Amino acid sequence: MNLFVSASPHVHSGDSVEKNMYGVLIALVPAFIASLYFFGWGALIVTLTSVAACVLCEAAIQKFLLKTKVQVCDGSAILTGVLLAFNLPSNLPIWIVIVGAIVAIGVGKMSFGGLGNNVFNPALVGRVFLLISFPVQMTTWPRPMGFSGSYLDAETGATALSLMKEGGASNIPETMDLIFGQMGGSLGEVSALALLLGFAFLLWRKIITWHIPVAIFATVAIFSGILYAVDPTAYMSPVQHLFTGGLMLGAIFMATDYVTSPMSKCGMIIYGIGIGILTIVIRCFGAYPEGVSFAILIMNAVTPLINTYVKPKLFGEVKK
Amino acid sequence: MKTFSIGGIHPAENKLSAHQTIQVASLPKQAIVMLGQSLGAPSTPIVAKGDKVKVGTLLATPTGFVSANVHSPVSGTVAKIDNVVDASGYKKAAIFIDVEGDEWEESIDRSSDLVKEITLSKEEILARVKDCGIVGLGGATFPSHIKLAPPPGSKAEVLIINAVECEPYLTSDHQLMLEKGEQILVGVSILMKAIDVNRAVIGIENNKPDAIKHMQKLATEYSGIEICPLKVQYPQGGEKQLIDATIGRQVPSGALPIAVGAVVQNVGTAYAIYEAVQKNKPLFERIITVTGKSVARPSNFLARIGTPFSELIAQAGGLPEDTGKIIGGGPMMGKALVSIDVPMTKGSSGLLIMPTLESQRAKMNNCIRCAKCVSACPMGLEPFLLSKLAGNAIWDSAEKNHIMDCIECGSCSYTCPSGRPLLDYIRLGKGKVGGIIRARNAK
Repeated sequence: MNLFVSASPHVHSGDSVEKNMYGVLIALVPAFIASLYFFGWGALIVTLTSVAACVLCEAAIQKFLLKTKVQVCDGSAILTGVLLAFNLPSNLPIWIVIVGAIVAIGVGKMSFGGLGNNVFNPALVGRVFLLISFPVQMTTWPRPMGFSGSYLDAETGATALSLMKEGGASNIPETMDLIFGQMGGSLGEVSALALLLGFAFLLWRKIITWHIPVAIFATVAIFSGILYAVDPTAYMSPVQHLFTGGLMLGAIFMATDYVTSPMSKCGMIIYGIGIGILTIVIRCFGAYPEGVSFAILIMNAVTPLINTYVKPKLFGEVKK
Repeated sequence: MKTFSIGGIHPAENKLSAHQTIQVASLPKQAIVMLGQSLGAPSTPIVAKGDKVKVGTLLATPTGFVSANVHSPVSGTVAKIDNVVDASGYKKAAIFIDVEGDEWEESIDRSSDLVKEITLSKEEILARVKDCGIVGLGGATFPSHIKLAPPPGSKAEVLIINAVECEPYLTSDHQLMLEKGEQILVGVSILMKAIDVNRAVIGIENNKPDAIKHMQKLATEYSGIEICPLKVQYPQGGEKQLIDATIGRQVPSGALPIAVGAVVQNVGTAYAIYEAVQKNKPLFERIITVTGKSVARPSNFLARIGTPFSELIAQAGGLPEDTGKIIGGGPMMGKALVSIDVPMTKGSSGLLIMPTLESQRAKMNNCIRCAKCVSACPMGLEPFLLSKLAGNAIWDSAEKNHIMDCIECGSCSYTCPSGRPLLDYIRLGKGKVGGIIRARNAK
């Protein structure tokens, strides 16, 4: 009789790339619902365009350029699409969204060899490319009006962070609005509550560990707390820093991207602290009102270095 | 609840044969006794074709330091000494004995009376353990008399008994504790005397609450023996993990348990030592779990060494039609067999029959650097990195990243969402790096 012979172990957890990717997508559902509630058609159109463009771009590159099996079903391209869309204003013209998706997948991911090999978070590569190339469109934020607002000629306003950049900390939305998301901003970043729900789901399903997001939150809170204590009129409070801009989205969903974050727990904390510090430095002292994307990309570049020097604690290691 | 401090996984337990009373397996028609049944060199046969042997007759003696006596598990005539495919898939030397009746050596006490009083001295115990060919029955089969004689300059402080049975499916140790608890405790007392310690800790995972309760009740009558319930976590049965879990000491990289004052023995070994010392019975039979999801009667057998696995499978209800893989041992560290005619050895703790659907590995994808293997590794290693280094033959870096610390528990491969054969590569690397280190030390 014929028997299968292979080396141990002979059982597997049943975990898969798909389960993790679709798990993150499920965790993004509350934030997506919130974005529909606040930004209506714009949120829907931008998200669908971005996802479709990312998936088609990856499939085309795999089929025609690499001539390998098309593997878009693993969910990673869909995830990149959703995350890119969540980092865009909901009134962004469709063609710009498509350009962003092509850069995200083509340059950010496939040019490095596809899933698992990219150095930078693809969605952020796309987003930052658009921010630098189309600064006006990328910083025109529609007011949250739900489905009553129209897509392209939406009524626009400033984000909390740009208000703060221009006129100090006096004209920031109420804290409750910050938590629920009643403010201008990228379509997926506004509702901290929805994003935190997603965070709880990711932790429960053991898709990510707490280290990176908590390190970012703690660093931002402490660093901005010091600045606030020094001069409360010039700087936002730690609560406002935590609940504005892309911090929640970035810390929970972008910085925790498997491929571009460190492998050891200690490395993850260093990486999170780095993102937290860079975010506040850019927000308070830089030219841009928001710095989460840049902070994550810069720390992505540092990740290989962290992986080389920060190792997990070895069993039986003697403390020096 | 206590457990080890780094990593670990919790695979589906599937203890299908739990609480199945130990059945005495029928004698094989022909026993095939492997000469290499323990870690170290295969033993040297002292019988020849045509010799009459009884149950318990010495068949082979140690070759070199790390090696053990082998005794006849049956009575009959030596038919031949020939090569046979063993559990590793390679042809190895074995003694074939045609079974005639079941006549035991007179020196063996066959009564079932419990002998509590330990009359032998420390030296006599060690000599008896060596004579009776006792080896570690957890699977590593390291000759026990060597393990019980710590290197000069080191002193054992505590004896740790491995009764965690962390491998899924296996239940032989569990059932042994339920049925032979007293004998095990006497065995533990013998071991304590042999290594001159007054404290023993028996680690049992809490998926066996009845065994914990039973042993706790019995242990009140034995001084110095404590039962330590442990949280279910694989690979808790790993020697270093068990020491960490029970007494909270971590054996340094490259060192032996004695470095932290611990000696670890398997619960099955403790029972075998009871039989050897109190009953003068050599190790020629053991408890083995025969199990699997499609097996008609998952069972715990008391079977003679040398019994072909096919005969045990027949007694468990026959080979299921959907059989795809047969594993000697548990699913995490066991070896896939190339044939069902492989004979049982001293290290055979279980026989697991996997249906075809569960026999093949999942398709391998790119590493997505999720770090789940890093979280799972109980030795604090980076399996993704070690497998990559081994795959690219970067041996010096693999050594620097502690590849030799890997205990091959398989937690990394089990966890990997991309289905990467991490442990395969790491094993390859360990072989190469181990060779490089030996060559360097030989200079």
